[in-house]
Amino acid sequence: MIELVQQPIDAGRVLAHVASNEAGAVVLFLGTTRQFTRQRETLSLDYECYPEMATEKLQQLEAEARRRWPIVDLAIVHRLGHLELGEASVAIAVSSPHRQDAFEAGTWLIDTLKQVVPIWKQENWADGTSQWVHPGVDPPESPLNQPGECKP
Amino acid sequence: MIIDVKMFAAARQYTSQAVVRVELEEPANVSDLKVALLQQFPQLEPLAGHLTIAVDNDYVDDEHLLEENSEVAVIPPVSGG
Repeated sequence: MIELVQQPIDAGRVLAHVASNEAGAVVLFLGTTRQFTRQRETLSLDYECYPEMATEKLQQLEAEARRRWPIVDLAIVHRLGHLELGEASVAIAVSSPHRQDAFEAGTWLIDTLKQVVPIWKQENWADGTSQWVHPGVDPPESPLNQPGECKP
Repeated sequence: MIIDVKMFAAARQYTSQAVVRVELEEPANVSDLKVALLQQFPQLEPLAGHLTIAVDNDYVDDEHLLEENSEVAVIPPVSGG
């Protein structure tokens, strides 16, 4: 199951999707909005994506994970739009006959998602500034960002 | 050849446009597109060297030849998750 959603993620629904009598293990990962990054305070986050490509890349991740591990079922749900502190931006659930495969697949899925899926977050800092997060790029002096629309 | 290029995150912020139109002499590859984008939109300079291009929902390298009807997008470094 691959979903890009505007509403809060229901972790129970994600878990229910991967539940199976064939599974001996279910691993759930939630990425949540953190208040402090290197002593800088975040008030909220905004996420946007390239909907068609993000969906296609997530489908490719699912297929590759199923090829590498004996997965019973998996679910990846990514939230878009505005998130407050503590809210989940992403949920990944994997069920497999034995726990090691579920842990490994879950780790690989979130690591690879963060490298290849065209989704971006904007930090809304406590000092009133906002900034798109682009790993490896030095931020400009005074960013004035406006989050865009992303409706998958 | 006219190419419409989708812009996201800081690339859209810097250009103030969700789609930019670039004119290229044929044949043109992705490297030519990057040069044209930076000439036409010097404000993209902070992202120069970090711009990846996607064609029809897949990442492509600098040698990839562009076709007029392809869907082209600028993908700045991603930060989902």
